[in-house]
Amino acid sequence: MFRMIAIVAGLGLALAAPAEAQTPRKGGTIRMTAPYGSSFTSLDIHTTQRAQDEIYAKALHRSLYIWDSAEGKPVPELAKEAVVSGGGLVYTFKLRDDAYFHNGRKMTADDVIWSYNRIMDGSKAYPGARYVRIIEGAAAVEKGQAKEISGLKKIDDFTVEMKLTEKVDPAFYLFTALTSIYPADEAVKDSFIQHPIGLGPFKFVEHVPGSRIVMERWDRFYKPGKPYADKVIVSVMGEAAARDVAFRNKEIDTSVLGPAQYVAYQADPNLKGTIAEVAEVFTRYMGINPAFKPFADKRVRQAINYAIDTDLIINKLVKGKAYRATSWLPLTSTAYDKAMKPYPYDPAKARQLLAEAGYPSGFEFEWTTSQNESWGLPIVAAVIPMLDKVGIKAKVKQVEAAVLSEVVRSGDYQAFIYSQQTGPDPQAALKCFHSSTPQSACNYMNFKNAEFDKIIDEAGQADDTAKRTQLLQKANALLYDEAPVWFFNYNKAVMAVQPWLHGVQLNATELTHQNVEDLWVDETSPAK
Amino acid sequence: MSDGGRKKVPMLSFLIRRLLQTIPTVLAVVALVFVLFSVVPGSIVSSMSDDADPQVELRLKKQLGLDEPVHVRFGGYIAKLATGDFGTSFRTREPVTTMIAKRAWPTLQLIFTAMAFSVLLGVPLGFIAALRPGGLVDSAAMVVAVSGLSIAKFWLGLVLMYLFALKLGWLPSFGYGDGGLKYLILPAVTLGVSPMALFARTTRAAVLEIMTADFVRTARSKGMSEVRVVKWHVMRNALVIILTTVGLQFGGLMGQAVVVEKLFSWPGIGSLLVDSVLQRDIPAVQGSILVVVLAFLAINLLIDVLYGVIDPRIRYA
Repeated sequence: MFRMIAIVAGLGLALAAPAEAQTPRKGGTIRMTAPYGSSFTSLDIHTTQRAQDEIYAKALHRSLYIWDSAEGKPVPELAKEAVVSGGGLVYTFKLRDDAYFHNGRKMTADDVIWSYNRIMDGSKAYPGARYVRIIEGAAAVEKGQAKEISGLKKIDDFTVEMKLTEKVDPAFYLFTALTSIYPADEAVKDSFIQHPIGLGPFKFVEHVPGSRIVMERWDRFYKPGKPYADKVIVSVMGEAAARDVAFRNKEIDTSVLGPAQYVAYQADPNLKGTIAEVAEVFTRYMGINPAFKPFADKRVRQAINYAIDTDLIINKLVKGKAYRATSWLPLTSTAYDKAMKPYPYDPAKARQLLAEAGYPSGFEFEWTTSQNESWGLPIVAAVIPMLDKVGIKAKVKQVEAAVLSEVVRSGDYQAFIYSQQTGPDPQAALKCFHSSTPQSACNYMNFKNAEFDKIIDEAGQADDTAKRTQLLQKANALLYDEAPVWFFNYNKAVMAVQPWLHGVQLNATELTHQNVEDLWVDETSPAK
Repeated sequence: MSDGGRKKVPMLSFLIRRLLQTIPTVLAVVALVFVLFSVVPGSIVSSMSDDADPQVELRLKKQLGLDEPVHVRFGGYIAKLATGDFGTSFRTREPVTTMIAKRAWPTLQLIFTAMAFSVLLGVPLGFIAALRPGGLVDSAAMVVAVSGLSIAKFWLGLVLMYLFALKLGWLPSFGYGDGGLKYLILPAVTLGVSPMALFARTTRAAVLEIMTADFVRTARSKGMSEVRVVKWHVMRNALVIILTTVGLQFGGLMGQAVVVEKLFSWPGIGSLLVDSVLQRDIPAVQGSILVVVLAFLAINLLIDVLYGVIDPRIRYA
C-alpha cells in the first residue's frame, strides 16, 4: 500500500529514478533545513518531541528500530533480530556488536537498558515515555514506584530481553529519536547537553543556537560504506519565504514548502522537478466535545460532516496540499480502506439530520483554534459560513499553539481544530478512541463506545495480520459513522529537493526526517 | 581641588544615583513578566509531552517549582538573581546565563552594525537636507526617510535577499556563517533602515531649528564662516538631540531584531525570546527580557554621560 502511495504521490521519484542508476558519490556536504521554528529545543533528544529536533537527531542518534520509507514500516536497526515468545509478549533482541558511540566505545545491552530507564524518569517527563511504557514495569519507574524497568533483562552484552505489557509490535514504539540509545557513561555528564554523543552516521561538531547544527561523518558507523557525505549542516529556517530565496539561490539542499509555494513551484518549470511529496500520517480534524449537549447526538456530528465543503477548502485554501480524509486512519496507514468514501457535501442532508436531532434552527458553539495556516484559523474562517448555512453558528476562540494542546488534553472546549499523528501504527492510532485511553493521553474527544472497544481489543489479540487489519478497518468505519470529529484532511508533506541531492526518502511519518546515511550529493552540488 | 576633581565628584554621584535608579526599573520589569506568565494560559509541562501521566505532570510541576504560589516563586527568583543566577531553562535544562551568553554576541553585532549604518547614513542625509531646505536633495532625502520608516522589515529583508543574494550573488541570503561581515550586512541593513530614516528626519528638524537660533545668527554676524558655524555651533548642538534618538532607538532595535533574526536565521537573543515565550520557558523568557532591559538602561546611561561631554553646560544633576 505504501509503495503505491509513494508512486502516486511522489513526484520526487523523478529525482530518485536517475539517482538509482548512479553510484553514490562519497564526500560533499548535505545542507538540510529545519523549518518548524527559530531554534532547536535541545541537544538532548530525549527531552523534546518537536519534529524540528528529530531532523538533526536522525543523523546523530540511533534507536532499536528505524523507519524504512520504502517498506513503509519500522525495521531493526540497533537490534539485528528479535525473537518473539511468551505469546507475543516477550521479545529477545540480538543487538549489533559493531555499533560504536562517537566516543569510540562499543554499544552494549547496558546502554539500551540505561536509556529506557532514563526515558521513564517521571521527574523529567521525557516525551519518549509514551513509547517505552509498553515495557512491563516501565510505568512503575515513571511513577517513582520502582528504580528499574522490571521487564528489561540483560542476557549478555549483546542480548536484551523485553517483556511487554500488551501484545503490540514494539517496532512501532521504539523507532523514533525520542527512544535513542545513549552512552550511559557519557549521558550523565553535564557536558553531554552541549556536546551530544550518539550512534548515528554523523557526529556532533557545532551548534550555533538559533542558526545551525553541524555534524561530520562518523567513520566507525556500522553500515559499510555509509554515510556518503562528509558533513551535514542543518540550518534553522522558520520563514518559508526566506527558505524559498535560499533554495532558489542554491544555498540549501532541501526546503519544506507551504501551500503558496507549492503552487508556485508547480507552476515553475525550473522548480517543478524538485518537488517530493508524501501523505504523512497526520489527520487534521475538528474535535467535537460530546459533553456539549448538541454534540452528544451522533446526527449532529454527522450533520457537521455533511455541511462542510471539505474538497473546496482543500483545493482553494490549502491549495491542494492535503488529501481528503475519509475517516481517522490516514492514506499511508496499512489499515487504510481505499473503498471508503468521505462524507459528501450535502447541506440539505445536514439540515435534515439537525432537524431530526431536535435542532431545526441550529445552535451556537465555541470553536477553539490556533493560528496555524494549514489547519487553524484560516480553515475555521472558511468553515464558519458553511456551518451558518445549515443554522450552526460558530464563535471563534483563538489561542496559541501551546495553549491549544493544553485545552485539547483537558477537555476544556466545545470544539477545537487540530492535527494529530495517526500512524504509522494503525492499532495505536485507533486505540486513542478506546474508552480506557485517558483524555489527557490521546482520547481528546473522550470517545466511549463499547462496540469500538470490543473491536480494538479483538484486534490487539489477533495473531493474523490480515485479520487484525480487517478488524482495524472495521473500527475505522465505526468511527466514520460515529463522527466524533469533522474529518478534514491528511497532510500532504511537500519538500523541494535540489537535483544534486540523491537518496531522499518519502518518509510518511515526517518527510523532513531523513536517514541521512542514505543521502548523497553529486559533483554538481555547490557545497562540494 | 582642581577643576577636574570638581567635575569627577558630581559625575560619580550622578552615576551612582542613576545605577540605583535602575534597580526599581529592573524589579518592576521582572515582576511584570512574572505576573504575566502566571496568568497567561499554557505551560511548559503540556508542551513537553502530549500524553504525560497526570501524576508525572504534577511531579514535574513540583520539580520546576510551578506548584508554588507566585509570590513564593518570585521571592526565590529574586534571591537567585541577586547572586547572578538566572535559573535553569525548563526547555533545554541549561543555565539561562549560558543560553544568553551564546546569543549575546550575535545580537550585539547585529544591533551595533545596524546602528552604525543608520547613524552614518541617516545623520549626514539629514544634515545635507537641512542645509538646502526645500531643494532637490532635501526632497529626495525626505522621500528616502519616509519610505524607510514605512517599509515593513520582513518585506525589506526579503527584497534585499532577492536582490543581493539571488540576483547579484554578492551576499549569502541567510545564516550566521563564521559571524563575518558577509553574513551581517543584509540583516543589519534590514534592521537599520528604519532608524536611518528616523535619524535623517530628526537631524534635519534639529539642524533647521538650530540654524535659526540666536547664537547661530550671532556667530554669523561676527563674520564666522559658514563651515565653522555648522561645525562648531549647529553640529554640536544637534548632536545632543541625535544622541537622545540613538538611545531610544537601541531599545527599539532590540525589539525589532526579533523579526530580522528569524528571517535571516541569525542566532540572537530575539529569537531565543520568541521561542521561549511560545514554549512557556519562563526562566529563559525572564533572563532574555532582563538582559534586554539592562542593555537598554546601560546604553541610555552612557548617552546621559555623553551629553556632558558634548555640551559642558549640561550638569550631572
